[in-house]
Amino acid sequence: MTLETRLLTISGVSKAYGEVIALDDVSFEIKQNEFFALLGPSGCGKTTLLRSIAGFEDPDAGAITILGSESPTPINLLSLPPNKRPVNLMFQSYALFPHMNVRKNIMYGLQREGLSKDEIAQRVEEVLVTTGLTDKASVRPAQLSGGQRQRVALARAIVNRPPLLLLGEPLSALDRKVRAEMQIELKRLQHEVGITFVVVTHDQEEAMSMADRIAVMHEGRVQQIADPVTLYAQPANVFVADFIGSGSLLHGVAGQGSFSAYGSTFHCHNPDQIAGSAVLVLRPEEVRITGAEPAENPLMVGSIIETHFYGGSSSTTVRVPGVENPIVASHPGAPLYTVGDQVGLSWNPQSAVLLQVQP
Amino acid sequence: MHKIGWLRVPLVATYAFLYIPIAVLVVMSFNASKNPFTWTGFSTKWYSALFDNELIRQGFINTMIVAVGATIFATILGTLLAIGVARYFRSAVVEAYSLAPAIIPDLVLAIGLLAFFALVGVTLSLFSVLLAHVVFGMAFVSAVVIARIGQTDSSLEEASRDLGASATTTFFRITLPSLAPGIIAGALLVFTLSLDEFVVAYFTNGPATPTLPIVIYSMVRFGVTPEINALAALLLLVSFTIVISAQRITRLTDAV
Repeated sequence: MTLETRLLTISGVSKAYGEVIALDDVSFEIKQNEFFALLGPSGCGKTTLLRSIAGFEDPDAGAITILGSESPTPINLLSLPPNKRPVNLMFQSYALFPHMNVRKNIMYGLQREGLSKDEIAQRVEEVLVTTGLTDKASVRPAQLSGGQRQRVALARAIVNRPPLLLLGEPLSALDRKVRAEMQIELKRLQHEVGITFVVVTHDQEEAMSMADRIAVMHEGRVQQIADPVTLYAQPANVFVADFIGSGSLLHGVAGQGSFSAYGSTFHCHNPDQIAGSAVLVLRPEEVRITGAEPAENPLMVGSIIETHFYGGSSSTTVRVPGVENPIVASHPGAPLYTVGDQVGLSWNPQSAVLLQVQP
Repeated sequence: MHKIGWLRVPLVATYAFLYIPIAVLVVMSFNASKNPFTWTGFSTKWYSALFDNELIRQGFINTMIVAVGATIFATILGTLLAIGVARYFRSAVVEAYSLAPAIIPDLVLAIGLLAFFALVGVTLSLFSVLLAHVVFGMAFVSAVVIARIGQTDSSLEEASRDLGASATTTFFRITLPSLAPGIIAGALLVFTLSLDEFVVAYFTNGPATPTLPIVIYSMVRFGVTPEINALAALLLLVSFTIVISAQRITRLTDAV
């Protein structure tokens, strides 16, 4: 990563609320024009981090710097009050000013910058077109739908052209259909306006579908930062493997090229020389269902407890005697077996990920 | 709905009990007779007599001074109190203390204030009445405004700061307008309460500057005259106008 492309640098940021540690020595960098997601379950510290960047939380330790447009030396964000920081935050509740119409809401930030009337009017018109709100300009927020409010909040946040836009759970208040539309919309807007986006979300599908890179957070720490494909295919630890995507985790003991669990030993790929307590991650699309006969060479044998048909694909849930969690397999087409059938399970030893369990 | 039609009986009875005396009062204020209980013909002479009565006119002026002054001070102080309590104390006890003057009996408040004014050497006058009305008025305003703050999205102010506004700009452009319906409702509440407040005013007033309720009280001691009816009808008109306009303003400014 070269110096020019590094926009935001977070180094050693910690924050505690009494006994509760919200952020524990968090460090990473966000690149220019990147769509970055902070992903994690509620209470993982992602919102605290976002609010620290915006200026509404004061970290106990660490530094956050941003590359300004005027000078090559980074600006120390933590020394500035929220209104002086070159970042904008789109709030989860949208925080639209109820006593102002859409145009006045969008104008608010530009007026604070002291721009001329003509320039303000022109930029508001532009952003109204970009977000498709031209015919709603003189309507108050209370009369808008959830999706429209979200657009207004977005328009208000991008009209100032901040180098960095923070979005706190931007889609959580929308219903499923609108949410899917807005995901595409957000991605399109990000390309169009050329602003770096940092999105906070607890929805892994949302993060995976929108973000260029994702930081997975848990208990105030960054667990892994990677692009969506790497996160899925090469999770750094058991938490990431469990949180990202669906899949079955088998608990056992790793040895040289092998993995022992539930009284059986499987051949497995172990590039990191993991030893001792370990977890084998089986992604549903990597698990094959075969007949239960020994001739089929199944790695495990169990009985089907559930099948689901989604139109183009199906998922089959198998309970293996002795294994605590059922194993899920997915495949194209209709289910080949019915509930109660005895089946064999197998997978490619090269594709199943083995992870060390931290003591 | 039809099955519970009999529930309308207590409803109608309650309204009748409440409004018939008021209706009688208004009708009798247009009675030509000097006797307030027998109708002899329509006349507005009691209204002109009212305006000629120096004592009532002075009382009305005194009351307006107190009511307007108390409304201004109580609204400003009560709003600041509400914002302070809601933002800096997440304590039910602090909130309860700020609302206490609205809840404790008028008589207790009146005697307490009288004793306090005597202690600190404040001469009893319209000014001391005004101060006393600010005390309970402030509590009513802060009660209404605290409720309003509870309904307002707390991230509005953060959004304003995030968009580049200073703390001062945020207060005047975002905080006050979003609380406006509550502030206006509180102000009108104080005005109408102060307008006909008797107990506290009676205790904390000097002898030279009676407010309207005190003037009426001293007149009624010698019997209800049609003049009093006319005065009451006018007060009713003022109160109704204020309450109705309050509701209209609240609805206009309330976008949520």
